[in-house]
Amino acid sequence: MTAIRFYTPLFLLVALWQAAAMGGMISAELLPSPSAIISGLVHLASGGDLLTHVGVSIYRQMAGLLLAVIVGVTLGVGMAQVAWVRDVFEPVVRITYPLPKSALIPLLILWFGIGHNSKIFAVFLGCLLPVVVSAFNGTRGVNGQLVWSARSLGTRGIRLLWKIYFRAALPEILSGLRIALALSFTLLVSSEFLIARAGIGYLIQSLGEAGDYSGMFAGILIVALIGFTADRLYVKFMNWMLRWQDQG
Amino acid sequence: MAYIEVAGVSKVYQGDTPDPIVAVDLVDLGVERNSIVTIVGPSGCGKSTLLHMIGGFIAPSTGEIRMDGKRIDAPGPDRGIVFQHFALFPWMTVRGNVEYGLVEKGIAKAERRDISQHYIDMVKLTGFEDVFPNRLSGGMQQRVALARMLACDPDTLLMDEPFGALDAQTRVIMQEELREICRASNKTVLFVTHDVREAVFLGEKVVVMTARPGRIKTVLDIDLADDAPRLKVDEKADEIWDILRDEVIKAVVPGPRPTERAAG
Repeated sequence: MTAIRFYTPLFLLVALWQAAAMGGMISAELLPSPSAIISGLVHLASGGDLLTHVGVSIYRQMAGLLLAVIVGVTLGVGMAQVAWVRDVFEPVVRITYPLPKSALIPLLILWFGIGHNSKIFAVFLGCLLPVVVSAFNGTRGVNGQLVWSARSLGTRGIRLLWKIYFRAALPEILSGLRIALALSFTLLVSSEFLIARAGIGYLIQSLGEAGDYSGMFAGILIVALIGFTADRLYVKFMNWMLRWQDQG
Repeated sequence: MAYIEVAGVSKVYQGDTPDPIVAVDLVDLGVERNSIVTIVGPSGCGKSTLLHMIGGFIAPSTGEIRMDGKRIDAPGPDRGIVFQHFALFPWMTVRGNVEYGLVEKGIAKAERRDISQHYIDMVKLTGFEDVFPNRLSGGMQQRVALARMLACDPDTLLMDEPFGALDAQTRVIMQEELREICRASNKTVLFVTHDVREAVFLGEKVVVMTARPGRIKTVLDIDLADDAPRLKVDEKADEIWDILRDEVIKAVVPGPRPTERAAG
């Protein structure tokens, strides 16, 4: 029932859109109708290289995201725990946080070329700070008596980081990661827009340039569907990781 | 020499106020092995601070604390602690919590199981082994904290107002259970509370502390039999309450300056 309620507005919108297109209220050149997009999608899928583009994009995204998680969690926990690490990185984080990372993409292409690496690095940069900030806040908010309890039960030194701080900060880290996941799609597609030889962003861009607007919209639809599925799966994963939190 | 030796210990905090806050002021205290000592005093008298220093969690500003002749400078599994708000690891089940210290000691899984089951049964949580703490009532969570501490078999139990967050009925039951466990297991127990009756019921010795700065006002021996009628416990509690009354008023009413208090 909740699924029906959730998707109803979406169906209504698509139906309205389709009706407007069929009634001639929207020019097909400006905005293809839903049915045209679906047939564009079918055409793309039968072409054969759609899966390659999607695969390339997912690889870049996952690599960038994974790098952001490893570096971000280490840096965030480090900033919360070690005074000099915080002194060094906090001003950098604060100043670069509001900066739109997509503005750096031309520079990244200059540095890393037009292949995988510039895209991976763009995703990495875009996702890094939300992870850093959530790991930092999560670690700083750890209840001191949990740490005391662990120490009186024999945990010491660096082991406290893994056994207590990281575990206790996990709810915040995982919600920071959800934001990073959403951002990673933006960074991925924009970096592939600019210069690329493969990837879903490249596909959208090249179809648009060729004037195949229903194909282009089909590409956008694919990104939206992948992003939505990724978020749903991630939320399932997060709830499982945090199953100790659920009430009643 | 006493088992735990607190010698000239003070704790001074430099807070936001112009004057530093003296939480504990030149305390001397000896605790004999296998005795149960309760520390009672008005809120903010530094009794928890004193306990945390014995635990090795915070360092004294002056003086020294020794246990079995050795200076305490860090927490260790020889001193278990239970806090007022339990401080259970919320991401671990009841069994995970109770086995935590055993894992840290490197005890093999099968033996860990046996030990944790023994203490889970002891605190009457059989059947709740795989439940996460947030599903348990306050009294049950405090039992888990107790079992987690006991499973490590520490010589000394430090208890920081452990029943303060519990309702009155649960509290009475927990006091009786704790007294049984302590008598049965030959532990040295330091128990901090603001509840005078609890201090008398559990303690063989009651340490009465003053309002801030926390000093020891007096130490009383409690020689009540285990089956002493409630009336006797109440009488003794009234006696301590009379000693404590002025201190509580000092703690509650915004206080005179230390110099005036010394003069009065």
